[in-house]
Amino acid sequence: MDSKGRFGVHGGQYIPETLMNAIHELERAYEHYKNDPDFQKELSTLFNEYANRPSLLYYAKKMTEDLGGAKIYLKREDLNHTGAHKINNVLGQALLAKKMGKTRLIAETGAGQHGVATATAAALMGMECVVFMGEEDTKRQALNVYRMKLLGASVVPVKTGTRTLKDAVSEAMREWTTRVEDTHYCLGSVMGPHPFPTIVRDFQAVISKEIKEQMLEKEGRLPDVVMACVGGGSNAIGSFYHFIEDKDVQLIGCEAAGRGIDTFETAATVNTGRLGIFHGMKSYFCQDEFGQIAPVYSISAGLDYPGVGPEHAHLHDIGRASYVPVTDDEAVDAFEYLSRTEGIIPAIESSHAIAYAMKLAPTMDKDKIIVVTVSGRGDKDCAAIARYRGENIYE
Amino acid sequence: MSNISSAFSKGKAFIPFITCGDPDTDTTYRAVLEAVKNGADLIELGIPFSDPTAEGPVIQGANIRALSGGITTDKVFDLVRRIRKDVSIPLVFMTYANVVFSYGSDRFIKTCQEIGIDGLIIPDVPFEEKEEFQPYCEKYGVDLISMVAPTSEDRVTMIAKEATGFIYIVSSMGVTGVRSSFSNDLEKVVGKIREVTKVPCAIGFGISNPEQAAKMSQFADGVIVGSAIVKILEEKGTDAPEAIGAFVKSMKDAI
Repeated sequence: MDSKGRFGVHGGQYIPETLMNAIHELERAYEHYKNDPDFQKELSTLFNEYANRPSLLYYAKKMTEDLGGAKIYLKREDLNHTGAHKINNVLGQALLAKKMGKTRLIAETGAGQHGVATATAAALMGMECVVFMGEEDTKRQALNVYRMKLLGASVVPVKTGTRTLKDAVSEAMREWTTRVEDTHYCLGSVMGPHPFPTIVRDFQAVISKEIKEQMLEKEGRLPDVVMACVGGGSNAIGSFYHFIEDKDVQLIGCEAAGRGIDTFETAATVNTGRLGIFHGMKSYFCQDEFGQIAPVYSISAGLDYPGVGPEHAHLHDIGRASYVPVTDDEAVDAFEYLSRTEGIIPAIESSHAIAYAMKLAPTMDKDKIIVVTVSGRGDKDCAAIARYRGENIYE
Repeated sequence: MSNISSAFSKGKAFIPFITCGDPDTDTTYRAVLEAVKNGADLIELGIPFSDPTAEGPVIQGANIRALSGGITTDKVFDLVRRIRKDVSIPLVFMTYANVVFSYGSDRFIKTCQEIGIDGLIIPDVPFEEKEEFQPYCEKYGVDLISMVAPTSEDRVTMIAKEATGFIYIVSSMGVTGVRSSFSNDLEKVVGKIREVTKVPCAIGFGISNPEQAAKMSQFADGVIVGSAIVKILEEKGTDAPEAIGAFVKSMKDAI
């Protein structure tokens, strides 16, 4: 029997036997509904009427002039309902789960954006919702914990391991093995076992579909560069997907380097990790010489993950996309820069992509075009960034 | 073909699970010897992993204690070399895919053969992904143990047909750890397996006392106990081996 869901050598279905039938059930359901016009229509209605799609493609004029190089467009996923790109995937999966007869959604969350989006979709569709969140992250993102509870979800603080995103994923997987009958695991990124990397990518691909249409309308041509931040990689693959075949469009993923890729306090998986098998997939992971998963670090809870989605690992292998490290300091500078320059407060995750655009744009000619995806808004990060800058404020 | 069948040749097999290096390798060594002395037929040795997604809190705790104590894959191999001087019953490793893969699957499984490991249980490798390790297992005569779950249903026959060593039947849904009830379909699952293979069936996940073990052994060929033993290590630390011996005896007597 052939292994499924491969991107080059990456991907696959490395999960316990207990989950195999549930995964196959999901695969069959997705294969059916992805080609079902009624399902697609229902989903676009949700996107457009509920989540505020299409999101704007905004020409950042001041930023462009200030940096003095390539023209910069921002894909404003921060303007989506719930404040990030996460809602795209969640509405798709929740609708799918509902069609499958599931009544309960479980999810992991890092920064809390995916948890909030899942809680939102569960409220909308009348489903039960349980979100697993590393205890450390419940502290870093206390406001999002409250938002999830407000939306009717229960939040389980995960106290194992590093108490961050990877532990939340592990705990959600454990929970799913105990209860598959009525429960759908609404995975938040393009990771985990097949079919998740494909399902999540397909639902997020709306980002690049819109960028392409909007760019052709505004500029009459494709951009030269598309860039986005990469943790698991869902907003990045969503931003890249419809450009993968357009070889002249350079694709850049911005990884969280934490305190630097020459330190242990980093989460830049493609830059510092090596091939491994974890959380259901073969891909690159930060790990020690014996394959123990490394306790990674980034200021951004949403990028604080030791692995990367298998399709990104493959795009890296074949040289179609490049992955660059961006440190905490650079991201915080970009967070402040975009706020001051354009009046847009980006999520600290998205700030990693902004930071690299700030480096790249001045090196490019003025007739070149960069699209940066602002995956989420930064309200949730204000207190933490203030503390990073030594201001003693709490939410 | 390994030596595993010998564990099932003298009646029902009792299979204790011990996490290597919890809290240190000397304790693991003594615990294994006590278990063997008191009737264990096969020992499942856990190689700790930082993020054991199939384990409940008890075995997660053992993994953390062992890793904090400095255990590594190479140290586990040394421990097995020491155990093999005194122990002749079959030994299998239980660990996660990344531990084997990252060591180099060929090199890891070749080492298993050299030090006398008979089988390998990798809970995050289902039937569809076994090609990742199966070729090396065949090359070095180490059995890759197949798992069957209460949700396996129509997959049971496909899995059983290619199984070697023994078949690990997961007693109920969820992760490892003590529980009071088990899937009602276990006997049916064993029946389905028997239709296609003579490979012995052992049931594990959550079995913690002689009554449960006796019940399971009515239709299975063996019983696997992990969390209940790890719990003894959690409570008694380096003093655990004698208590483990007594526990193994009570379980073996019951089946």
